[in-house]
Amino acid sequence: MRSGIGTRILGTAAVASLALLAVMALVITPQDVNQLDAVRFLYIHVPLATLMYVAFGVTAIASALYLWPRYRARKWDLLAGSSAEIGVVVTGLVLVTGSIWGRTTWGVYWTWDARLTTTAVLFVLFLGYLALRRVGGDVDARAKRNAIAALAATIDLPIVHKSVEWWRTLHQKSSILDEETFLHPHIHGSMYWTVMLGIGAFLLLFSWLLVNRYRLAKLEDRVEDEGLERAIAERRAEADAMTGAP
Amino acid sequence: MLRDAAVMAGKDLRIELRSRVATNQVAPFAVLVLILFAFALDPDRGVLARAAAGLFWVAVLFCALLAIQRAFAVEASDGARDNLRLSGLDPAAIFLGKAGAIAGELALLEVILGAGVVILYDRSLHGPVLLVVTCVLATIGLAASGTVYGALAAGLRVRETLLPLLLLPVVAPVLLAATRASEAALGGTTGDGWPWVRLLGVFAVIYVAFGVVAFAPLLEESS
Amino acid sequence: MDSVVVHLHGAVSLLGRFPALAGVDLDVAPGEVLLVQGPNGAGKTTLLRACAGLVPIVDGEASVLGHDMRKDRRSVRRHLALLGHAAGLYDDLTVADNLRFVARSTRHVAAPPVDDVLARLGLAGRLASVPVSRLSAGQRRRVAVASLLLRPAKLWLLDEPHAGLDADGRERLDTLIVEAARAGTTVVMASHELERARPLATRIVTMAGGQIHADTHAEVVGVA
Repeated sequence: MRSGIGTRILGTAAVASLALLAVMALVITPQDVNQLDAVRFLYIHVPLATLMYVAFGVTAIASALYLWPRYRARKWDLLAGSSAEIGVVVTGLVLVTGSIWGRTTWGVYWTWDARLTTTAVLFVLFLGYLALRRVGGDVDARAKRNAIAALAATIDLPIVHKSVEWWRTLHQKSSILDEETFLHPHIHGSMYWTVMLGIGAFLLLFSWLLVNRYRLAKLEDRVEDEGLERAIAERRAEADAMTGAP
Repeated sequence: MLRDAAVMAGKDLRIELRSRVATNQVAPFAVLVLILFAFALDPDRGVLARAAAGLFWVAVLFCALLAIQRAFAVEASDGARDNLRLSGLDPAAIFLGKAGAIAGELALLEVILGAGVVILYDRSLHGPVLLVVTCVLATIGLAASGTVYGALAAGLRVRETLLPLLLLPVVAPVLLAATRASEAALGGTTGDGWPWVRLLGVFAVIYVAFGVVAFAPLLEESS
Repeated sequence: MDSVVVHLHGAVSLLGRFPALAGVDLDVAPGEVLLVQGPNGAGKTTLLRACAGLVPIVDGEASVLGHDMRKDRRSVRRHLALLGHAAGLYDDLTVADNLRFVARSTRHVAAPPVDDVLARLGLAGRLASVPVSRLSAGQRRRVAVASLLLRPAKLWLLDEPHAGLDADGRERLDTLIVEAARAGTTVVMASHELERARPLATRIVTMAGGQIHADTHAEVVGVA
């Protein structure tokens, strides 16, 4: 099944903007005064972090829509799942890029920075949600369960964020590493625009991935649906075979 | 509705009374966890005493997992869930009753764990008001979120492994806040503790509300 | 009271993707004792559960005790009683505790006292204080039958009610069914025990392949 013209435009735009981003990020923008070339991680790390929240948001909204009686439709469950799959990969990448960045700049693989820690929790929340989705059972029951799980995790996220942030700012006084400048280097001029470009490019990529993953999910679903007509017919045929039993 | 919740909680507590799982299995497990921490952290170097608050709450979390698993295992017998749905009890009341019973058991376990910490880790208790309020709010939050996720995972074959994976990240803020508040209480700086108590309160309110609203569809979702 | 207690037309119900009910047409009048017979896998259990509102009906018309089951299948539940395959009792509680929980959670105003119900099913005395886990399957069945009496009696849905009961239990059950029918309860019963169940029925239908087929009327013989 070939992608529609809209999807192909989206894909092309994504590739083009990513290419532009690569050029801007690796060649054109200057080094940072403290971190030198390591600051270039910024151009993927920040867009990926944005993407992580977007993916989570899509999952949350789709789940809410599924539970709303007026708008209930299986497609929302499929969309939520597709977004979560992409989201978990993105979150993993955020953690990895953050870790490598930390290693190259400060020599440590992990700092208990508020954002990184919240990201780690978010990663596990995503994983749990995806594990739940894999469990079998009646399709509608499953979709409802998934949606409730997604919302239960969503209402938790602000609380996690707030508590971790609070926790780490209390520790800031005793911290030797200046975590603030580490993760928020002074961004100006071309660096700023490159980050914006990065966010845009990755959003395009995300959209393209989401559309395709969602379409795949719909096709899988349709295969099962078409079996239903046949199943009803077979079921009724049982009766003919059995009629006349005492 | 409160009456229905009381009926539900009463039933769960009566089951506990007769089967004594919390007293005979979970409580000893709790003490065991405290002992294992001591093996891991070497009491002589003072780490244990300093980390006492955090270790207490981690132990509470483990006990909560067991209590929640047990609470839903009780309903796992063939047809029990059907009977609950047919009973005409308001699903919200079923939620409150179940969460209430779990909270009660957790409270008992916390008392035992608290005694364990005082005795085994050589910490004396200070700031009782802050400690009690922290425990009450944290317990309500754990029971409410635990009941929601327990119901989600109930009836699934992979329940035992899925519940911890789903629940623990969600209650991470409770661990964080309860530990900080407890440390403030024990260390005498109760002023630092109260903001964390507010966070515990917010968590508890949010998950009680969520449970009340979400329990009806949760109860339905299996056959 | 509505003219028809159960009305199903083209009702389809799925278990996962499997159409357990593949287009059921059935009307049950008030006070009828309907026997549903048929081979294993015909959909009898699903039919009863769908009427109880436990299983959604995804196509066709469906109404039970005046409630539209396609729109809201929850509110009808407290007005009927279902005796399913599994008793669904709490193993750690005694017989009496279990019944008291049913009584308290159902809040049926006109329910008989638990002690009366225990007596009617031969469960009084020592047996009442035994934890359910120690009972035999047949005894558990009796407890499940007992809980029927604690619920409102407009509609009884009985799934293989005689299964597992000994001769005494069966006698008691038959008596209960006849009395309930006389008092105006509509009874829908799925059973393989045709010699036992047929004399109780006012009407017999056969089910196969998720649909209702033959329909015969029968005289009520009754139990003395």
